[in-house]
Amino acid sequence: MTNSIAEIEDSQCVFVIGSNTTVAHPLVAHRIYRAKAKGAKVIVADPRRIHLASIADIHVSQNLGSDVALVNGMMNVILSKGLHDKAFVEERTEGFDALQEMVKNYPPERAAEITGISAEDIVRMAETYAGAEAASILYTMGITQHTHGVDNVKSLANLAMLTGNLGKYGAGVNPLRGQNNVQGACDMGGLPNVYPAYQVVTDAGNKQKFEDAWQAKLSDRVGYTVMEMMHGLEDGSLKGMVILGENPVGSDPDTTHVKHALESAEFLAVIDIFLTDTAKLAHVVLPGASYAEKDGTFSNTERKVLRVRKAVEPVGESKPDWQIICELSTRFGLPMAYSSPSEIFDEIAKVAPSYGGLSYERIEACGIPWPCPSPDHPGTPILHKDRFTRGKGLFHAIEYRPPDELIDDEFPLQLTTGRYFPHYHTGTMTRNSPTLHAEMPEGHVEINQEDASRLGLKDREQARIVSRRGEIVSKVIVTDSIDPGMVFMSFHFMEANANVLTNPALDPICKIPEYKVCAVRVEKLEQVQAAAAAE
Amino acid sequence: MELNYVRTTCPYCGCGCEMLLEVLDGKLLGTFPAKTNPMNQGKLCIKGWNAHEFVQSPERLTKPLIRKNGELVEVSWDEALDFTASKLKEIKDAHGGDSVAFLTSAKCTNEENYLLQKFCRIGFGTNNIDHCARL
Ligand code: SF4
Repeated sequence: MTNSIAEIEDSQCVFVIGSNTTVAHPLVAHRIYRAKAKGAKVIVADPRRIHLASIADIHVSQNLGSDVALVNGMMNVILSKGLHDKAFVEERTEGFDALQEMVKNYPPERAAEITGISAEDIVRMAETYAGAEAASILYTMGITQHTHGVDNVKSLANLAMLTGNLGKYGAGVNPLRGQNNVQGACDMGGLPNVYPAYQVVTDAGNKQKFEDAWQAKLSDRVGYTVMEMMHGLEDGSLKGMVILGENPVGSDPDTTHVKHALESAEFLAVIDIFLTDTAKLAHVVLPGASYAEKDGTFSNTERKVLRVRKAVEPVGESKPDWQIICELSTRFGLPMAYSSPSEIFDEIAKVAPSYGGLSYERIEACGIPWPCPSPDHPGTPILHKDRFTRGKGLFHAIEYRPPDELIDDEFPLQLTTGRYFPHYHTGTMTRNSPTLHAEMPEGHVEINQEDASRLGLKDREQARIVSRRGEIVSKVIVTDSIDPGMVFMSFHFMEANANVLTNPALDPICKIPEYKVCAVRVEKLEQVQAAAAAE
Repeated sequence: MELNYVRTTCPYCGCGCEMLLEVLDGKLLGTFPAKTNPMNQGKLCIKGWNAHEFVQSPERLTKPLIRKNGELVEVSWDEALDFTASKLKEIKDAHGGDSVAFLTSAKCTNEENYLLQKFCRIGFGTNNIDHCARL
């Protein structure tokens, strides 16, 4: 996030796009309700009638994957009515002319055609967003999990820059991170192209710096992303794999393919707290410790570095994962001797400039948001205050591109995925929590009444859902929270996991798979069984 | 009887609510919201309120496992770690460091993520490290 969670309540306009905030980020949703109570306008763009839609001043259901056209349409209105922040554009940005040219191609009528939103609504959205003193954009995977995810994010940045909504209180472009420490895993260099604190591996200076700090020879070649790793295992270029606390069999698109890839590994080691579907495929499984059994830090979606404190001893013979890595490295021939997580953190502060001024002592009372370059620096709740990291903010003129997989006669419905309130990700933790499991013990597929009637499906009946990649059986929930032509599923339930169906087509730049749109068909189960029996 | 409250951070979503874990004689009993944190201000969602429940679940893994004759069987830490280290070395020696890949975790701590990427980069001379941020 460029801004902090608490600020949202003082925003005059909150624009939520592709985020079911009430479910995935309840304590952010709380601030949206407060903002509304204080008089802010709330705009929700989501293909489903999610809970936030019920309090929104404007709710629109855009066609799946049409976000770029929507944002371009809004910018067209803003520019044609002169609602943009001329001073901000002049002083702090570049590339405006190209943006202005491109946006001309998206008058509200054309944007309406692509998005399925009325031109009047697009105009209202543009006026409301641009008219606010400080407007905040919130988004999650509904924006990023597309073959054009990077385009979506850049388009939202364009919108914020055009209206001067960056670097000030209550504004910003705010991605909400789904998992507790996605931010931290990225900050720590858990990515194939960067060392800790986003220092790119292809830069000779960075490589030298880390070779000196770590006393080792490093590679300046960008490594494989998750999906490339899966392909590498299948084509034999990758032989061994170590997986720490992740369940790609549940979370990656096209489960069948991922399973096959992991089974092709010559050697697979998994460190986890439960025997996940991924761990079941491993040659070695090492029992790690949960958050309550170890010390450490998490970095939340506001970039705040927060303490994790040990409350109980690890169960059985399980061990804190940091100890497991140290012991493994030592036996591998590279001695790693850290006496505590605090000592590891001090090393992080030395090599990651944005964490430079942080220590366990400083974050004891309360988390501090990075960048925090020196021990006397207070931390940075609002990014880009006086300048952008690169100096001037760059507009990207981005045209709309349709999603990778379109519907046809064989697969006439669009499937999109997401979460439910009591569960989390692949369900490893929440389904082992009796209270949360009882709230929602099984998965289901949401379908509109119109489609259900046509298919002869009744509420709570079993149905078969089929895509080009696989099929699953699940209970049907007939609901008007989703439009005709679309169905919705979660990936919390391994026995009926939407990711058996999803499309692994990747965004060309950030390699994120297109979870949010794929083509499926839904069939009544009895018919399928009757047909099978007749054969 | 020893009753303790340990302040820590929620393991679920990226909001990062702070909470207190209630511990009686080494067993987790409950979760309470921390009132001192300016972000959650004494509130948690349903996941946070129940964040203690899975920790001491009977389904937890308690011993290292190695696949022998197709089955995962319990072994000692020594055996599991030596086996893992020697397999990784064998693969690196035979096919080079780029033939190994690592997935690090959005659920583990910063310290653990840092160590795993360091092990990957210095141990294998490769940048084949990623996690499920995109997922
Ligand atoms: S309590 Fe709920 S809102 Fe807060 S961090 Fe945990 S999951 Fe997120």
